[in-house]
Amino acid sequence: MILHGYLPAILEGLLTSLQVAVLSLAIACVFGLAGAAAKLSNSRAARMIVDVYTTLIRGIPELALMLMVFYGGQALLNYLVMKAGGEYIEVPAFTAGVLTIGFVFGAYMTETFRGAILAIPKGQMEAALSVGMSRVQVLRRITLPQMIRHAIPGFTNNWLIMIKATALVSIIGLDDMMQRAGLAAAATRQPLDFYLAVAAIYLAITTVSILLLSRVEKRFSLGVRKAEFK
Amino acid sequence: MNDVLFRAANISKRFGQTEVLRDVSLEAKRGDVIALIGSSGSGKSTFLRCLNLLEQPNAGSIHLNGRELRLATDSDGSLKAIDPQELRAFRSKISMVFQHFNLWAHMTAERNVMEGLTVVLGMSAADARERAQHYLQKVGVYHRKDGFPAHLSGGEQQRVAIARALAMEPDVMLFDEPTSALDPELVGEVLRVMRAVADEGRTMIVVTHEMSFAREVSSEVMFLSKGVVEERGKPSDVLLNPQSERLRAFLSNSLK
Repeated sequence: MILHGYLPAILEGLLTSLQVAVLSLAIACVFGLAGAAAKLSNSRAARMIVDVYTTLIRGIPELALMLMVFYGGQALLNYLVMKAGGEYIEVPAFTAGVLTIGFVFGAYMTETFRGAILAIPKGQMEAALSVGMSRVQVLRRITLPQMIRHAIPGFTNNWLIMIKATALVSIIGLDDMMQRAGLAAAATRQPLDFYLAVAAIYLAITTVSILLLSRVEKRFSLGVRKAEFK
Repeated sequence: MNDVLFRAANISKRFGQTEVLRDVSLEAKRGDVIALIGSSGSGKSTFLRCLNLLEQPNAGSIHLNGRELRLATDSDGSLKAIDPQELRAFRSKISMVFQHFNLWAHMTAERNVMEGLTVVLGMSAADARERAQHYLQKVGVYHRKDGFPAHLSGGEQQRVAIARALAMEPDVMLFDEPTSALDPELVGEVLRVMRAVADEGRTMIVVTHEMSFAREVSSEVMFLSKGVVEERGKPSDVLLNPQSERLRAFLSNSLK
C-alpha cells in the first residue's frame, strides 16, 4: 500500500494547504499593492504607517508572528467583543492562518511591487499624461502591465517562500498536509516515508509554479531586451 | 478678431526658494513655430513643461483657442487645474515630444501611436490603426510599425514619438529638446521630419539647441536666461543681430 494507506489522507491535507496558500496570496497581493501605493504616495502619514508595517513584519520570524496573531488576535478580538457585550468568538484556525500569512507576506509584496513600479521610467507616465490620459488610465494601461514584468522575479520568490510557510499553520492546529503527515508518521513509526512524501509534493508544487511564472514573465517581457553578461 | 491660438501669460515658477521662471509669456498664432533657446538651467524646458501642466507654475495663465484653462492655487502654492477632465481635454489638444522619446516600452510602434487615439479620443481600434499607419508613413517609420521601442534606433523612436504626437491632431505641438539625446548622425532625420511638420502649418513650440533649425524654420525666437526672456523676435533679428551681451556669448558658444 502506498504510504501505508495514508495517501488519501495526505492528499486531503494537501488540498487544505493549497487553499491556505492561494487565499493568503490574494490577501498578500492586496496588502502589497496598497502598501506600495502608500509608500510611493505624497502622504507622509501613509508612508510612515507602511514603513512601520514592513519593518516590523519582515523583522520577526513568521512562526512567532503566527503564534502572536493567533493567540493575541483571538484575545484582542474577544476583549473587544466582550466589551461590546457580545458572545465569545472562536476564530477558526483556517481563517487565522490565512489572515496571518497574507498579512505577513503582504509586507514582502509591498517591497516587490514598490521596486517594480520604480523600475518604470517616469517619462512614460508623463507621456501618457501629456496625451490626456487620466491617472487611472495611466495606471491601467502603462504602469500595471510593465510593473508585472518587473515584479515577477520577486513575486515568484515570495510565492515559493509563502507556499512553504503554509506548513506552519499545522502548529495552530490546522489540518493541513504537514499535520496529517505528522500524525501518520507517529501512527506508523515511519517518519521518513511521510516527510519524504511531503517534501516531494512541495517540490512538485514549487517546480510547477516556477515554470508557470516564467511563462508569464516571458509574456509580459515582449519588446524587452535581455541584459546579457558577456 | 483674435487670431491668437495659444497664449501663456506671466508664467512664474519656483522650486523651493529658487526662482526658475519669472513672468515668461508667449503667444502663438496658428502656424507659428516658436523656438526657445538658452543655456542649460535657463528654465526653457521647465517653461515648456508648464505649458501642459506637467510642471505646475506658481503664477500665470494659459489660454487655448480663446479659452482659459481654469487654474487654482494649491496648498503648496502651485497652480493646479480646477477640473481634471478639462485638463485632460486640454492636454489632448497639446501634444508633446520628449527629449528621451518616452515611448511605452511594452507596446509596438503602432500601438504607441494608437493608444491615445483609442483611450483618450475614443476612436475604434480600426480607425485608430488606420490613422496610426498614416502618420507612421508620414514620418518614415511605417516599416518598423511592429517593432518594440527597444528594438528601434533613437532616431526611429523619436519619429514614432512625433507620429504619436501628430496622430492626436493637436492644435499645438511641444518639443522638448527632441534631438539632444540622439547620436549626431541621427539628428538630421528627426530635424527633417520636424521641418516637414512645420511646413504643413502646424503650430510648434520647440526647445532646441539646433541653431540652424531655429534660424531657418522658426517664426519667432525666444532667448531665456536665468528664468526671464532676455530677447525675442524674428530669428533673423535675434540670431544675427543679438542685442544683449548674454545672447552674444551664448550664440558664439553654440555656433562653435
